Order: sequence, then structure tokens, then C-alpha cells
Amino acid sequence: MPNAIEVTDLVVDRGKRRVLHGISCAVPAGSVTGLLGPSGSGKTTLIRAIVGGQIVKSGTVTVLGRPAGTAALRAKVGYMTQAPSVYADLSVRENARYFAALYGLGAAEGDRAVADVGLADASGQLVGNLSGGQRSRASLACAMIGTPEVLVLDEPTVGQDPVLRADLWGKFHALAEAGSTLLVSSHVMDEAGRCDRLLLIREGRLVSDGTPAAIRAAAATHDLEEAFLRLIREQEKVAVR
Amino acid sequence: MSLRITMATTARILRQLRHDRRTVALLAVMPAVLLTLLYFMYEKAGPTFDRIALTMLGIFPFVIMFLVTSIAMLRERTTGTLERLLTTPLGKLDLLFGYGLAFGLAAAVQGTVATGAAYWLLDLQTRGAGGLVVLIAVVNAVLGVALGLLCSAFARTEFQAVQFLPVVVVPQILLCGLFVPRGQMASWLEAISDALPLTYAVDALIQVGRSAEATTTMWRDLVIVAGATVVALILAAATLRRRTP
Repeated sequence: MPNAIEVTDLVVDRGKRRVLHGISCAVPAGSVTGLLGPSGSGKTTLIRAIVGGQIVKSGTVTVLGRPAGTAALRAKVGYMTQAPSVYADLSVRENARYFAALYGLGAAEGDRAVADVGLADASGQLVGNLSGGQRSRASLACAMIGTPEVLVLDEPTVGQDPVLRADLWGKFHALAEAGSTLLVSSHVMDEAGRCDRLLLIREGRLVSDGTPAAIRAAAATHDLEEAFLRLIREQEKVAVR
Repeated sequence: MSLRITMATTARILRQLRHDRRTVALLAVMPAVLLTLLYFMYEKAGPTFDRIALTMLGIFPFVIMFLVTSIAMLRERTTGTLERLLTTPLGKLDLLFGYGLAFGLAAAVQGTVATGAAYWLLDLQTRGAGGLVVLIAVVNAVLGVALGLLCSAFARTEFQAVQFLPVVVVPQILLCGLFVPRGQMASWLEAISDALPLTYAVDALIQVGRSAEATTTMWRDLVIVAGATVVALILAAATLRRRTP
């Protein structure tokens, strides 16, 4: 399977602090890849580098064979920021239709995306009046407009109730089966098992990269949270030696 | 740049405005209300009202659109919508012209209401046509939009954005010839005044007050204001970065 996203030796500084210390990883095309790590580990910075919004110190990020942020990629990469970046003073429908227009698509595509995230009933409401979870789904709808080839979602399931969360993960896999590539970040380990592949980062470094099964096997435990803990401890031991 | 995306952005900004009825009402009515206040202040002062009201018809849209735009654009920056927009096919100029068009249109409504009230209710007298006054008001509003877009890049919070009013707007009002005729200013003040775009907008309005036909000076003034607007928009485009630290 070719890679939709390739990151090589990526170093990012924010202010005087080094946020990413030479990360190399890849996201296979047509997969749902989870980007997991605690808050402050550099997930959002890595994601911003992939969508071309981050000034990088060194290293390369390639998306669909092109340098990240290239003009031609802007129509092919959907991005959902961590804080819901939709207009609070517009209705859900108006938000989605505006983003559809940016991609040259009609109102119907906007409405479809709203229905896809389960907001059809609330589509006439102002985003500012929605609950946190609904607002985040409105933001997700705007990222899913036009079924982009690559979909980069920064914590899309935070604050969603369990049923909706399962629904959304179902949607992500359906999109991947239809050919899209998804990179989904989360700081909740129980979502890790839902991914085809996992990238675990911690303090700006890649701790682990593989399928959930491979990671479980490497750490000799079924529990992914425990597996990550063991992997981190092992690496720390190596670092001390 | 794409016309389709610019238009979609204009429509989006107008929709945001439409949901905010209080702002729409204030935008439409306040300049006319303030002119009425001026009318009673200068009731016994004869032609002074004509001079001040005419100047104010150019200053109101400039100040109001500057404030509205700097807050609107700051919100795009702080809520993350700007970061997201810049990962889509939208061009920087699509966004800037979108704002210019949307608030320019709002200013046309505002200018028409204020100018209509000034002529028909408050008996404003000018030799030139009222339509020219509305035109100058709209160009001035777009200048305010362009400067607001530019200044929002230098503000991190709403508090800071509002502080650009005394920095960018108030000196232009003080030096535009409203308080002291420009000819009576110290030469160094007049030199500063020459460099400020609002001076030309006010001069254009004075031309409409004096002459029945649109004068060459008035058109030259308008071209200068429009030119300053374009420069401010280009500088504002330079402050929009797709990649940030």
C-alpha cells in the first residue's frame, strides 16, 4: 500500500521550545491511522505540519506525493482543527454550505455533510447555541465536505456521547474503504483499538508505529494503554543506559 | 483569486451580519441619529451645520467600518477559522475582497440612510449631488475596512484591536480639516495631514459642498483614497500567512 502521508526527520520549534524532535512516520493510503499521545505531546503541531500550516525547522512532509501545503493539495486535504473552527454566528447549514462553496461544490454537498455527522435536525441552529459536542461535529462536517482524499482530524470525538462516537468511527472506516486516508488524533487510549494503524507520540518523539495487533504483541499485553506504558518505559531504560 | 470564492465569502459575511440584528440596526440608524444631534447643536449657527454634517457623512462610515472589520477579522484569527480557511482553496485576496465588498455594501446602505436623512430631514445644503456624497462615504467605508483588516494583524485581543482607533483613526480625524482648516495649521501638521487618506476624503466632500458639478479635484481625491485602500489591502494580504510559527 503506498503512503498518503510521509514525514521524514521533522523538527519543529515553537518559540524557544522544540516541539517535535525529528519525527519520521508514514500514513498508508486508504487507512484510518490514529495519532495518539498525551496532551502537549506535539499531536496538533504534527497535524499542522501535515496540512501545511506550520513553519518547520527541518525535515520534510509529503502528502499525496507533494510537499505539504502545496496549492494543489488544498482541494484534496480536509482539516478539522482541535478547537471547533466554525462561525458561531452562522447556522450549521450556512457554515457547511460556505465551506462547500470554497471547494466549488453546491449547497447539497454542504447539507449532505451536515446529515453525515448527525446534525440534520440542528442544521438551522446557530453554531453558537449548540453544545460542545454538536459544535465539534459541525466543524467535522465542514472538514468532510467534498470527501477529500486525505482527511486530517484533530480530536474529532472529544465530548461526543459513546453511541455517536461509535457512529463517527464507523463513518471514518467507511470513508477509508471508499479510498480516503484518515489521520485522526486522540488523547484517549480506548479509541486506539478502532484504528488500522497507530502512531504514538510523546514529548515530541515517536514512541511506536504499527498496527494495534503488532503493538500488543510487541508489548506482550492485550491492553493498548498498558502496551504503550511498557513501550515508553522500555525506551526510557534504553535512554538511561 | 477566484470570483466565485470571493462572492461566497461576501455572502457569508453578510449572513453573519444578518444574524446580528442589533448590529444591523445600529449600523443603519446611528449615523443619522448623530447627525440629528449635530443639527440641534448648530441650529443657530447657519452654514456651520452644512460643513460639519457633510464632513461627518464621510467620517462615520470610516470609523464604524474600521472598528467592525478589525473585530471581525480578529475573530477569524482567534477562533481558528482563518487557519482553517487558509488550508482550503480560498486565496488571501478572496478573503480580503470578500470583507471589502460585504462591508462596502453595508456602508452603501448606511450612507444612503444617513445622507437621505441629512438632506430631507435636516435640510443639508450642498451645491453638488447627494449621490456623490454617498459614493464618497462608501469609498471611505472601504478604506476603513482595509485599514481594519491590516490593523487586526497587530492585535492579539479585542482590547488591543480597539486601541488602534486612537492610533490610526483619531489622528486622521483631528488633522483632516474638520477642527482647524488645513491652511491654518502649522506647516509640519499640514504635511502630516497631506499624508493621511482621510484628508482627501474630507476634501472631496468639501468639493461636493462647493461645486454643482463634480470637480477634477474631487475625482483626484477619490482616486487617492481608493489608492490608499488598495495599498492597505495589499499590506493586509502580506500579514496573512498560510504557515505560522
